[in-house]
Amino acid sequence: MKKDMWKRFSAWVNGTSEERGPLELPDTAVHHEKKKLFELSDEQKIRLFKAGYLAVAAVVCLAVVSVLLYTVFQLPLFGDPNNPAVNDVVERYVEKGLEETGAVNMVAGMIIDYRSFDNFVESSVLFLAVTSVMMLLLRDKNNISREEDIQEEHERIIEKEASDLILQKVVSMVLPCIMLFGVYVVLNGHISPGGGFSGGAVMGAGLILYASAFGTDKVRELFNMKTFKTVTSTALLCYAASKAYSFYTGANGLHTGIPLGTPGAIFSSGLILVLDICVGMVVACTMYGFYVLFARGEI
Amino acid sequence: MTIAFEMLLILSLIICAVSALMSRRLLVAVVIYMAYSLIMTIIWALLMSPDLAITEAAVGAGVTGILFLTTLKKIHALKGTKDE
Amino acid sequence: MDGIIEKAISLRFEIAAVILFGIGFINLLLQSNLIKKIVAFNVMDSSVFLFLASQGYIEGRMAPIVTNGVTDAANYVNPIPAGLVLTGIVVSVSVSAFFLALVQRLYKHYHTVDFDEIMMLAKERVE
Repeated sequence: MKKDMWKRFSAWVNGTSEERGPLELPDTAVHHEKKKLFELSDEQKIRLFKAGYLAVAAVVCLAVVSVLLYTVFQLPLFGDPNNPAVNDVVERYVEKGLEETGAVNMVAGMIIDYRSFDNFVESSVLFLAVTSVMMLLLRDKNNISREEDIQEEHERIIEKEASDLILQKVVSMVLPCIMLFGVYVVLNGHISPGGGFSGGAVMGAGLILYASAFGTDKVRELFNMKTFKTVTSTALLCYAASKAYSFYTGANGLHTGIPLGTPGAIFSSGLILVLDICVGMVVACTMYGFYVLFARGEI
Repeated sequence: MTIAFEMLLILSLIICAVSALMSRRLLVAVVIYMAYSLIMTIIWALLMSPDLAITEAAVGAGVTGILFLTTLKKIHALKGTKDE
Repeated sequence: MDGIIEKAISLRFEIAAVILFGIGFINLLLQSNLIKKIVAFNVMDSSVFLFLASQGYIEGRMAPIVTNGVTDAANYVNPIPAGLVLTGIVVSVSVSAFFLALVQRLYKHYHTVDFDEIMMLAKERVE
């Protein structure tokens, strides 16, 4: 019985179920004639549906916007220090942040130390996103046709022959600066604005620029599927392990045995630097991975 | 003075949003969306959140735009450019 | 009446966020081109971020980076919305990348990115 149900369920999911049941009555001619009086043609139906949809959408949108505007006018004034959003939590973060996390940049101290679970799950979201894009766009035997293969090969030849000299020269001058800036932003996440996300995005954009100037084959010499897998999973595991250690020792950063250092120095604020580097690695790999999967269908 | 500048930015933000969504060509829509992201970057800097400004400049105007443009190339919507 | 205009000028970022949300929402519902739908979704996203970040701003205070060792809460703006929005921006780019990948697959299958045409083609293929 159970097996039967499972079979029927999987047939329903696949859309191959045959048994529909006697839903439709055998309609006689008279029945048909009567029905036709009230029946509209397909085109009329679609037009009616479109008009109804337009009206309903406009009404819903206007209602939502007017309710939101009404609510906005009840808010306290912009930039008011007595705004209820400025509560004890904020005071605590601002006043004790430097002492407890050692981070001069309070936002970094907050998202990577106090709320590090948030950040960890977000890095996992990025990983999940690149995995699902890979599922959709990775070229393998099942989802590629011969014509597309030929077209792909054609495009690759065009890319090789029509390489842009100006773009290549400019990229070879600009790229070191971009990568250096990315590394700077990641490493200084705890003492100046920036951090793992922004620095990783800058580095990923630099890789994308290089790939679009010199072709993805050239990037693949140093960054292929294997490095992608290794770097991403190692960074995520490293993040999890270092945070697990911090939770194991009491979750307050007091007994980790890692000195907080002098605020403002690069080697300060305990684990924040390590976690920033991990996040930066994941983000850079993800951004480049998106681009390569979109453009070529393989990493 | 600051208020006038902020109003100008907000106005151009709304104009960008409307014209990006009204434009007929997809390439124009995407490019105007990137301009929208850049204006957003200035607003983040004015709202005293430099972290957001850096992230938005790299992600919103850079990577998202590139992803949109690669998709446009894949769906053959770049008519009238060298790519077609 | 004067009071309302003054309040509107003071709450300019919040009102702009609501207007952008409305623009994005109506286009998300009514545009038939899938790429335009995604752009509208991104506009909606950033309007929500604008609202959140404007709630954290406090007039005449500095960005939340400790300067000269002053750790008084009366000196810095609220760092919490900035942290939340930072997370949101990165998630929004991964969501739009996923959408775009789906659009590419749909184009491969139906050779169009128009939502209505895709629905008609899908109906024909089922029949």
